[in-house]
Amino acid sequence: MQLKMTEQDDIVNLIIEEERMDAHNSGDLKEQMLQLFDEGKCNLIIDLSAVRFIDSSGLGALVSGFKNASAREGNLKLCCLQPQVRSMFELTRLHRVFEIYVNLDEALNSF
Amino acid sequence: MSRRVKVDITVPNQTKYLGVIGRIGESMAYSLKGFRGNRRELAYHLNLVLTEALANAICHANRCDPDKDVRVLISASDRDLTIKVFDQGQGFDIEASAIRKAKSNAEGGRGIQIIFKLMDRVRYIQEEDGNVLEMTKYF
Repeated sequence: MQLKMTEQDDIVNLIIEEERMDAHNSGDLKEQMLQLFDEGKCNLIIDLSAVRFIDSSGLGALVSGFKNASAREGNLKLCCLQPQVRSMFELTRLHRVFEIYVNLDEALNSF
Repeated sequence: MSRRVKVDITVPNQTKYLGVIGRIGESMAYSLKGFRGNRRELAYHLNLVLTEALANAICHANRCDPDKDVRVLISASDRDLTIKVFDQGQGFDIEASAIRKAKSNAEGGRGIQIIFKLMDRVRYIQEEDGNVLEMTKYF
């Protein structure tokens, strides 16, 4: 999976540079997040602006990151969802689990 | 009544083909003559159910064995579209998977439930030489 990472204070912004998040590539995201948690970086913002399609495996990877961040007293928040990706969170009711922000600034300011 | 359009594809049992098959489903959504609803939404939903069904066949039924194949048959008329995904696994109880209530923050268990939410008729048929997940959308 193509990812770009930036850091601001103790918050890591992971930008997914893929059109699809599915069973083929979502394992890579899980691994990347676990590596960050091992380094003590537990406050993450996942930028999904490039993602046009997400399936249950992609959602599962994000849930995994959310649970791991929470267990380490951190947080995982989402920003910049395309409408059809947002609809997947509503279909699965995961919009009630995640904090979802319209843009990166709002997500950063929420920490 | 118009003839059914059929697309019959066999791919190696590898997740890298999920996108290829999903996009075929999307393309078909824009070519269905009888559909009157939101085509963009239908395209996304067909991509999604194909991806979920194929991932289930590849990763669970066929246990990620790269030497196996997965066959997908999509057929459409002006009144319905049916997707069949064939696997060579042990089979599973699809009704139990559909009604099992996953915790809100569970990592897995949403794929089959998504298929049931988006398609009008879903059956998993166990046959002598494998299984078929059959999903139909009526227009």
